[in-house]
Amino acid sequence: MDQPLRIVVAKPGLDGHDRGAKVVARALRDAGHEVIYTGLRRTSQQIVDTVRDEDARFLGLSSLSGAHAHLFPQVCQKLVEAGLDDVIVFGGGIIPEDDRPALHAVGIRAVFGPGTPTSEILEFIQTASVMDDAGVGQASDWHWDATA
Amino acid sequence: MGDELQQALGGDRRAMARLLSAIENGDFTPQQFPSMPAATEEDHWQVMAVTGAPGVGKSVLVDALMTAWATEGVRVALLAVDPSSPRTGGALLGDRVRMTSVDNPAISNRVYVRSIATRSSSGSVPLIVEDMAAFLLACGWERVLIETVGSGQAELRCAAVADRIVVVEGPARGDGIQAEKAGLLELADIVLVNKADLEGAERHAGELMESYALDGEDSPQVLLTSGLKGLGVAEAAQALLSLKSSGRAQRARMRERLLAQHERSLVHHPAYNGVLDALCEGTLDINEALNHLKGDENGRAS
Repeated sequence: MDQPLRIVVAKPGLDGHDRGAKVVARALRDAGHEVIYTGLRRTSQQIVDTVRDEDARFLGLSSLSGAHAHLFPQVCQKLVEAGLDDVIVFGGGIIPEDDRPALHAVGIRAVFGPGTPTSEILEFIQTASVMDDAGVGQASDWHWDATA
Repeated sequence: MGDELQQALGGDRRAMARLLSAIENGDFTPQQFPSMPAATEEDHWQVMAVTGAPGVGKSVLVDALMTAWATEGVRVALLAVDPSSPRTGGALLGDRVRMTSVDNPAISNRVYVRSIATRSSSGSVPLIVEDMAAFLLACGWERVLIETVGSGQAELRCAAVADRIVVVEGPARGDGIQAEKAGLLELADIVLVNKADLEGAERHAGELMESYALDGEDSPQVLLTSGLKGLGVAEAAQALLSLKSSGRAQRARMRERLLAQHERSLVHHPAYNGVLDALCEGTLDINEALNHLKGDENGRAS
């Protein structure tokens, strides 16, 4: 029997909007995964500690405050420092096209904007979960081309 | 797995977290790691279950207790259980949302929190947490708490996996007759009436004490707490740390173990999903289904 994937969904920084994170968490749950939700306003270190202690395979970061360009790479760097380089990281929220290449460059494998069908996120999870080098600190330069 | 085990036993939390997953997935068993001797002093427990109805404040209270213990230097681990979807198998594990102790840098090295889904087991605790708790003890955690799924009057499965049972109640939980009913309250080693800042808490605690008074001398203590406001938490933390077993749960513990093991052998039987499908289609009746699941994993009669 296939074991469910463990996925942490996190809200870094001073951002009180979690409707999107909850919709994504719910879609992942309904697809049969085990989703650990951190709640609002977490620091990068708290998120990395949660991923470590919960032995999560994936980390989803949500930001609607405009701080993604600072916070997302910080989380990725701390993951690698903690030896969690095999964790697969994706992001979502209000993230302009122009900001996305820099996020992909630090190992974030997908960035989803508003209007993304949840089925696309599930497809990304499925695709990335069978790769062996899609972790945040691993060699692959692959990333998912999001439709929104 | 050998290196990872040595790292985990030496205090590496990442290695420990991975091996806990391996235990949960059935890839790593208690025969493969050193076991801690069972506690001998009657006031020293190792594994405590915290149970009670949904919404009575278990998570916030557990967080407050862990903060109190970790501040005193006790290393405490929590296995927080939430339900898996009976339809898809997925789960939303949200107990961390209310936890502050793991994020407090002054004590976070003495606090470990792990979220667990019930997966294929019924009841408020999957039996596998017994093995996970044993591994945490082997890794040097002194006390393991198990926070069960929010559960009601007759859910006793937590007795199978814990040395002590804490029942959390809330204010205004029905009339005085509720306190007289048989079930979970009979197995409690202590009862915490939480949300004591709200009206009705004191009255409910009074009703519980009146009911227990009829049991005689070995009846459990009833304390008022508010995890949110911090009321009574220091007293409860002290009382819980040296809590003696009331001895009331001994037979129930064995019965729940037996039932849980039996259930585990059923749901892990290779024919299990096929038999469920056949039941849904109406091609098997319940008795035929049970016969199909009676043999061992290779289909031989046991």
